[in-house]
Amino acid sequence: MRTRTFWLVAVLVGAAFFGLSLLAPNQYYFQAGYKVLQYVVLATAWNILGGYCGYVNFGSAAFFALGAYSTVALYKILPVPLPVLILIGGIVSGVVGLGMGYLTLRLRGAFFSIATLALAVVVQTLITNWDYVGGSRGAYIIRPMRVPILGHYIEYLYLIMVVLCVLAIGIARTIERSRLGYGFAAIRDDEQAAEAAGVPTLRLKLVATTLSGALMGMAGAPLPYYVTYLDPASGFNLAYAVNSIAMPLIGGMSSWLGPLIGALFLGSIQEYTTVAFSSSSGLNVLIVGVLLVSFVIVAPNGIVGLVESLRWRRR
Amino acid sequence: MGVSVDLLLSAIVAGILLGGFYAAVTVGVSISFGMLDIVNIAHPAFIILGSYIVYILNQTYGVDPILAAIVLLPVFYALGAAVYQIYYLVFERRGDEALRGLAFFFGLLFIIEVALILAFGVDYRFVSADYIGTTLHYGPIDLPLRMLIPFGMSIAMLATLQLYLSRTFIGRAIMAVSQDRQALQLMSANPARIKRIAFGISIATAALAGAFLIIIQPVEPSVGRDYIGRIFAICVLGGLGSFPGMLVAAILLGIVESITATFYGPSWAPAVAFGILLLTLAFRPSGIMGR
Repeated sequence: MRTRTFWLVAVLVGAAFFGLSLLAPNQYYFQAGYKVLQYVVLATAWNILGGYCGYVNFGSAAFFALGAYSTVALYKILPVPLPVLILIGGIVSGVVGLGMGYLTLRLRGAFFSIATLALAVVVQTLITNWDYVGGSRGAYIIRPMRVPILGHYIEYLYLIMVVLCVLAIGIARTIERSRLGYGFAAIRDDEQAAEAAGVPTLRLKLVATTLSGALMGMAGAPLPYYVTYLDPASGFNLAYAVNSIAMPLIGGMSSWLGPLIGALFLGSIQEYTTVAFSSSSGLNVLIVGVLLVSFVIVAPNGIVGLVESLRWRRR
Repeated sequence: MGVSVDLLLSAIVAGILLGGFYAAVTVGVSISFGMLDIVNIAHPAFIILGSYIVYILNQTYGVDPILAAIVLLPVFYALGAAVYQIYYLVFERRGDEALRGLAFFFGLLFIIEVALILAFGVDYRFVSADYIGTTLHYGPIDLPLRMLIPFGMSIAMLATLQLYLSRTFIGRAIMAVSQDRQALQLMSANPARIKRIAFGISIATAALAGAFLIIIQPVEPSVGRDYIGRIFAICVLGGLGSFPGMLVAAILLGIVESITATFYGPSWAPAVAFGILLLTLAFRPSGIMGR
């Protein structure tokens, strides 16, 4: 499929998806759908660095929360429309991603992962001690009840998430088919060989950390409007870090399809258990952990890899 | 001014004691990450697991926490050996440890933590022993026994491990596998077996560290996460795989953290470890005593 056709199809699918959701009998479907779609964006963003370049980022929650907190900070200064906030959240997280890339350029493999973990805690401590955005007490956001045309505000948030999903997946697929994607794959397979062969590994890694960080920030920017009360414990919630790793790994990391499938699968399970067992996040994290461990042991290439190997066997 | 100097002095002493404890927490990762190249980020979870088992033994049978941990050592050794066996079969043999091995331990971390939360809830648990409330006073300096005893025990543990690694056959084989795996194979030793033993030992240290932890402070399941950063900060700062370097780094971190907590408030303390870690990784990846 050509790239332009893909974008067209992605937009159409997104529009159809949103159109179908409008038939939903009540607001809950938007509430739940938003959460799942938010994970699609996060997982796709993680996969740009983790799946394509092979660099495991443990600090997704930090980028996500930075996006959310830049919204909180701006909300207090002047009311800007949400799409602008998302853009700004993306820029903030993208810049931090670039900085992290610079700081950790020389680190490979596990050291990079540990550094991202460290970054997440440092950012969380800074936010917790920053009174302007509420500190550890948290901050309230008052959202309008309704928006023109769509009606309920949650439907507007949901629409925005659908658009972000289409955007993230489109970007991921474009990368896959471009020189950039081949460069990423070369880094993942053998960084030294890639560098020796003239791949500008340094620059490519910076592109990946920036892009991945920016998309995570964009996913996080609407969060304050969704929850209306944001504190560091929920913004930096571990569920974001765990899920953004588990979803691509369970779905499959080799293409844009994996994170999408993984996020829809895991996101729906978690939403289901939350409602069915009225559990706190504890049971959810346990399920994700068990699935993650069993998938990396039994099906190292995720659901996509599993399906592909079944197709091969049938031939 | 006098008060401030006293405060600084006692903060430093408290930091040294804390650092000794940090060394006990880190030694397991120093073995698994520093020597075996296994990025066991689930180590803090094993420590918390140790704390909880010690807690059960202490509360139901009245066993002394440290004695309980010593009884637990073989159990944790077996647990570690089993985990390594899975890790070896599934990841290391396939050459898949970098990404999926990391994810494996990441998943393990949450399974242990959440299983503990589901079993015990998020209440803080503590142990009781005669020495926990006692404090020795030397002028302005307080030496609480609940810090002093873990400090002494962890130094003893480090010394034992250092002796074991440098004097016994298996210990030297562990050092050898960390330096050159293939050469060891040529000496007709089985690297997987040596690594299994070493990983077993590294998890066994978590039992003792868990006992120290629950002596020093009340424990709830997610406490472990605070230690991931500290552990790897100390490990990297001290130079991978070196016990003396690690001890120095641990005490250094203990002092810095204790001073930060005393003068700037405890909410800044977690950032210290991670900040040091980030800076070390960025500017001096081989550690303060590295080559």
